[in-house]
Amino acid sequence: MVDPAILHTSYVLAHAPDFVRYGSKPTREIETDPSLLAQVGEALRPWNEVVAYPPNQTFIGNLTPDDLAAIPRPWLDNPVADAKPDGPFGRIVSQAALYGLMKLCDDFELLTITDAVAEQARAELTRFEHRRDQIVGVSADELATVIEENKGLELFHEGELAGFIRSAHDRDASLDAHVLFENLACKATAVLAVSDVFDGSPVNPEDVDYMFNTGEEAVGDRYQRGGGSLSKAVGEVVGCLNATGSDIKAFCAAPVHALIAAAAMVVSGLHMYIVVLGGGSQAKMGMKFRAHLRNGVPIMEDCLAAMAFIVGPDNGDAMRIRLDLTGKHPIGAGSSAQAIYQALVVDPLERAGLNMTDVGRYAVEMHNPEITEPGDSGDVPKTNYRTLAAMAVLRGEIERDEMDEFVAQRGMPGFSPTQGHIPAGMPYLGHAHAAMRRGELQRAMVVAKGSLFLGRMTQLVDGVSFVIEPSQELTETNE
Amino acid sequence: MDLKDKKVVAIGEREGVNGPSLKLLAESAGASVVFSVTQCFV
Repeated sequence: MVDPAILHTSYVLAHAPDFVRYGSKPTREIETDPSLLAQVGEALRPWNEVVAYPPNQTFIGNLTPDDLAAIPRPWLDNPVADAKPDGPFGRIVSQAALYGLMKLCDDFELLTITDAVAEQARAELTRFEHRRDQIVGVSADELATVIEENKGLELFHEGELAGFIRSAHDRDASLDAHVLFENLACKATAVLAVSDVFDGSPVNPEDVDYMFNTGEEAVGDRYQRGGGSLSKAVGEVVGCLNATGSDIKAFCAAPVHALIAAAAMVVSGLHMYIVVLGGGSQAKMGMKFRAHLRNGVPIMEDCLAAMAFIVGPDNGDAMRIRLDLTGKHPIGAGSSAQAIYQALVVDPLERAGLNMTDVGRYAVEMHNPEITEPGDSGDVPKTNYRTLAAMAVLRGEIERDEMDEFVAQRGMPGFSPTQGHIPAGMPYLGHAHAAMRRGELQRAMVVAKGSLFLGRMTQLVDGVSFVIEPSQELTETNE
Repeated sequence: MDLKDKKVVAIGEREGVNGPSLKLLAESAGASVVFSVTQCFV
């Protein structure tokens, strides 16, 4: 039997300051109080500050979570010197590049951008040769005509009018320009993450059999809102010509569900190589902008985040997914924090005769606290790690006065943008792979929770988890 | 705090105490819960 493993990871941050105004929260608030638009514009960060922001450098792999923990907060005041937008398993791209990606993903001529933006995008995007001819712009006069003749959404670059996305139907709310803008931004960022995940990987796009999209977008028309499947749309652009795909939807827990399902496919022999992907959440741009304005800090939800992972047979340089150590939150389990972690963490470990202290690192909700604390949402990772530590005390694995040490050793600071499905354990996988290659990590547990109740169909939460361990060859190499 | 015969709005949070749990607690203290919801702030 083959061991299923995560073979490669990639992450993308797309700096999109002019997209913030069209996040769900800013859109609604600016409609109510138009004077907020100018305040939003003044509170946005420039490119160099976004690149040098320590959590962003951690997200793309130039800093480890331990490096980040050693940097005093506020991280906003402690930028990384000589920071680069490219990291070992991720990169930060500009808004112009994002517009270019959206153009080359736009198969229905929904999006119009100016010549200037198109030129900048072509200069920054060095791949996608087969679709680069789609990155074309129009003159200011032509843009004005497009806006006059169509219903849609005006788009901006560096604060100036620079584009337009049209609605695809006059009376279909699911094909409204704003919805299409969200979906196209999601597709474009996912395309870049999936394209990048093959860099340095022994797997090529045409080797992929199946793709799971796990993003929080809802692609479809009025008769099948949320029907999907963005996976196949992304695979088409990247050249995964032998793959089909589908979406797994479970709020923030979807990527962990998908990675477990992908691993099961590999073990069963159904598919050999599976890509799990998720694009950015435009709806969550500027979600806490009111709190950021109130506290006099920049609007930090200014980047779309995307990710991609290749799952396949263990190749000796990978993170094995222990399918015998997966956790799930059953419908009847109860929704208290303790009940959730009992189901997700303790139960699977107990089945294997392991203690909580046998796990080197836990990857939980990895939201950057600097984004959430101004809105009184607290330090989400820290809250989760404290709960885990308290459960270790209750189980007699550690003493009460060892809780801080448990959190410091087996936890990490949050460094993920609040991009929905991305923060739930996913940002650590790249770091886990690097740590396993260095011989510093023998076992990690990835835990994700999903807020099913937000859709008003149930009061339930969801949760799933799995354990990863280094390939045997990595362990032997490092011994 | 005496909740007996009080009307209560219970707003829970996923990372803390959820809405249904708050509702149960308030009702067990004699309150009438007129609205209960769980929020997710991330």
